[in-house]
Amino acid sequence: MTLLDAHLVVDRGAFRLDVAVRIAAGEVVALLGPNGAGKTTALRALAGLSPLTAGHVDLDGRALDRPARRVWVPPERRPIGVVFQDYLLFPHLSALDNVAFGPRRRGVDRRAARASAAEWLARVGLAELARRKPRQLSGGQAQRVALARALVTAPSLLLLDEPLAALDARTRLDTRVELQRHLAAHAGATLLVTHDPLDALVLADRLVVIEHGTVVQQGDAASVTARPRTDYVARLVGLNLYRGRAAGTTVRVGDGLTFTVTDHVTGEAFVAFRPAAVALYSGRPEGSPRNVWRATIQGIQRHGDNLRVLLHGPIEAAADITPAAAAQLHLTPGQEVWAAVKATETHAYPA
Amino acid sequence: MRPASSRRAPLALLAPAAVGLVFLVLPLVGLLYRTPWTTLPARLTEPGILTALRLSLVTATIATGICLVLGVPLAWLLARVEFRGRRLVRALVTVPLVLPPVVGGVALLLVFGRRGLIGGWLDTTFGVTLPFTTAGVVVAEAFVAMPFLVIAVEGALRGADARYEEAAATLGAGRWTTFTHVTLPLVAPGVAAGAVLCWARALGEFGATITFAGNFPGRTQTMPLAVYLALETDLEAAIVLSLILLTVSVVILASLRDRWVSA
Repeated sequence: MTLLDAHLVVDRGAFRLDVAVRIAAGEVVALLGPNGAGKTTALRALAGLSPLTAGHVDLDGRALDRPARRVWVPPERRPIGVVFQDYLLFPHLSALDNVAFGPRRRGVDRRAARASAAEWLARVGLAELARRKPRQLSGGQAQRVALARALVTAPSLLLLDEPLAALDARTRLDTRVELQRHLAAHAGATLLVTHDPLDALVLADRLVVIEHGTVVQQGDAASVTARPRTDYVARLVGLNLYRGRAAGTTVRVGDGLTFTVTDHVTGEAFVAFRPAAVALYSGRPEGSPRNVWRATIQGIQRHGDNLRVLLHGPIEAAADITPAAAAQLHLTPGQEVWAAVKATETHAYPA
Repeated sequence: MRPASSRRAPLALLAPAAVGLVFLVLPLVGLLYRTPWTTLPARLTEPGILTALRLSLVTATIATGICLVLGVPLAWLLARVEFRGRRLVRALVTVPLVLPPVVGGVALLLVFGRRGLIGGWLDTTFGVTLPFTTAGVVVAEAFVAMPFLVIAVEGALRGADARYEEAAATLGAGRWTTFTHVTLPLVAPGVAAGAVLCWARALGEFGATITFAGNFPGRTQTMPLAVYLALETDLEAAIVLSLILLTVSVVILASLRDRWVSA
């Protein structure tokens, strides 16, 4: 059942957001995109913090924002919970009163509001910190209070704005697992705004990738990661991606370089392969069907246990090789090498 | 390299600075020097002084209350709502700040006087007369002191993160509830500082008060007016009254410094 049906159009002079999102009950959708793509604008439009220019926001069968029909429900009357990026816990209220704030404003009496707030604090594991003020909470604790505050009113739509961005790496790991548990238990729809692909992949059922205010790709994690359609998505999931013209099992990309692939595609197509699939040689390699090109080493970075070599040539590519292989080849920036990728390591699909 | 502060300050700056400091402090020293310390306790309990002190405290407090009730919403309007002519309104609010208080008193007379714009109507409709009454003192003080409060509170509102108000909205709070439950607590220190400044200004009000409310002992004669009057008849009484006002000012300054200004 579709809970949220939105077509968000926000015109702000130089920038235009035009994104359609539908989220089912219990579904978690990640809105993924680089800085300035319009993620926060979309979230604010859904929450009612800024109005739409055109389009619509329908939640649970009720129109919340339809500029064409002059329908607009203010944020305080929308059944929507928001976890802001830096949480925005009210500094003058205790953790308990922060969580009780929503129920109180929605007409629940003080005792009942505090009781449900206490229950939610217990659910996020902070029962003993109920009396603390926000400034006495760690980042991870504040994040959980913010989540409890947003969920205590059982909103039809939960909006999360970069919920883990303000946390250090270690806390983020724990909090992400926690968050996943709470999102799974949330009966309403959830929209997670993030620029961190890991958050999106771990927390969301479906990804919607936006760039420059429009959707460039959407689908479940597996299809988006296997078949990226823009450089941004390819970088996010760590793939080399090229667009070209395909004929059967060859795809011509860039400057006269033709890839031999195993997939059959015709017309405009993408070719993708993992950096680890790229092998480097000092001389032209012979033997099994390989895609080979001559490249210049532009830079070498650490990448986990391996080295990531950035290659310049007919195509820009990244190659992951072991430190041992790098030492054997005496790789240095500026050096010319041969790069090779087996046809079986490539993945080609229509553009 | 030696820090800049350890370099010798040029005499051309040092000399006028020292003179300026002496100029500011010397009158206060003179006041303390001439204070009749031995008769002070007896002086303090003189009925005339106590009456003026009580009237001053009561009127300044009521005026501050009026300024809070009217000035905080005005500051909120200036800080949070976009409207045409906002700059003009802000300029108008600060006019009493630079206006000579006597002119303010004359202006108040022209509006609230018996034959004034509103005064006549107030008189015939409600039987309320403001000029030359204790209520008139409050009106004069509020008129002069309100800009201090509005400016302080507007500054605090501009400094406060408006996104807390958005967070409150997403939690179901309307604009009024957001104001009372989120905005006001966030800017409470600014409101308190503004109220103290406002109260201090009201306490020291002279020009508008004497013009609009006159100088009737027990009714409109506040401390500054009593000081001025005593100066002509009883110098010691004037000194004692001045000392009280000085003490109050210093206490206010100290409390502001410790609690809000440096915090």
